[in-house]
Amino acid sequence: MDENTDFEVRSLDVNHDNPVIKHRWTYHLKFLLAGLLFGIILVKSEVVSWFRIQEMFRLQSFHMFGVIGSAVVTGMLSVWLIKKYKVKTLSGEPIVFIAKKFSKGNIYGGLLFGFGWAITGACPGPLFAQIGTGFTVVIITLLSAIAGTWVYGKIRASLPH
Amino acid sequence: MNSIDWLKQPWPWYIAGPLIGLMVPLLLIIGNKSFGISSSLRHICAACIPAKIPFFTYDWRKETWNLFFAAGILLGGCITALFLADPQPVQVNPKLVTELAQYGIHDHTGLLPVEIFNWSALFTLKGFFMTVAGGFLVGFGTRYAGGCTSGHSIMGLSTLQWPSLVATMSFMAGGFLVANFILPLILNG
Repeated sequence: MDENTDFEVRSLDVNHDNPVIKHRWTYHLKFLLAGLLFGIILVKSEVVSWFRIQEMFRLQSFHMFGVIGSAVVTGMLSVWLIKKYKVKTLSGEPIVFIAKKFSKGNIYGGLLFGFGWAITGACPGPLFAQIGTGFTVVIITLLSAIAGTWVYGKIRASLPH
Repeated sequence: MNSIDWLKQPWPWYIAGPLIGLMVPLLLIIGNKSFGISSSLRHICAACIPAKIPFFTYDWRKETWNLFFAAGILLGGCITALFLADPQPVQVNPKLVTELAQYGIHDHTGLLPVEIFNWSALFTLKGFFMTVAGGFLVGFGTRYAGGCTSGHSIMGLSTLQWPSLVATMSFMAGGFLVANFILPLILNG
C-alpha cells in the first residue's frame, strides 16, 4: 500500500473499518452530537463573536488567549493520559496519532488564514455556528471559504510547499 | 438564579477552554478521529465539485464523520440561540467601542456587526470585501496551512507538533497585522 502522507484522508488506512461495511446512520450520530456540544461551547464562550476576535488581535482582552491556552493545556494532558494508559476507542481499537509534516504552507497559508480571521472574525468552526444562530449572511462567507478551498486545490501544484 | 439563567451568561475562558480541549480526547475515543474542522471544506469540495482535481480525488465518504461534526456545530448554534441565548449584549472593551464607532459600528448585540455583515451590505464594496474576500482567505489559507485553529492550534499543539506551532504563530501574526493596520483602512473607506 502506498504510504499515506495526506493526514486528512488518513482514515483510508488507519481506519479499522472494513471498507465494504457501510455504517448505519447511528454511527455518524455520535459525531453530530459531539459537534452539537462543540457548537454550544463555541457560542456560549463568545469565541464566535467578531468583537471578541477584534479584542484578541488588539490585546484588549485576555479572554480568547485564556480559551485557547487552557484548551491546549487540557488537550495536551488528555493526549498524554491516552498515551500513558494506552486508552482505546469505544470499539476497542488502539488510538493512533499521525505526525503532521511541515510545509511552507504552514507559514504562507497560516498568514492568509490569519488575514481572513481578522476580517471575518471567524475560523471555519464558528462559521457553521454563526449560521446556526441565524446569522444567515455568513452562508456567503462559508461559500466563499469553500471557493477559497477549491481554488487552493486547483493551484496548489504551483504554490511553494 | 436558576441553572438555566446561569448557563445563559457568557462562559468564562477557564470553563470554555478546558471544555474545548476535551474535544480532542472525545473524538479520539469515540472513533480515532483527529479534531479539526477546516477539512470539512475540503470534503465538501470533494463531494460536490471535485472537477478531477487530484486534491479532491479521494473517498470523501470515509470522512463523513467530519461533515456530521460540522452539521452538529451548526445545530449547536441553533440550540444555543433558541434556548441559551445571553439576554445581555456582548460586553465590548470601551477602547474597541470607540474605535468601532468611527467606522459606524454601534450595534454590539449580534455575533457580528450588523452594520457591515448583512445581506444588503454585500452589494457594497466594503460589505462584499469583508464577507467574500474574508471568507475566501479563510478557506484558502486554512487549506494551504493544512488546518485551522482547531486542527493546528488545539489538536496539533496537544499532540506536540511543531508545524502546528508554526501555523498558529502565523495565524496570529496575520490576524494582528490585518486587525491593527488593514482593517481600519477598509472600515474607514
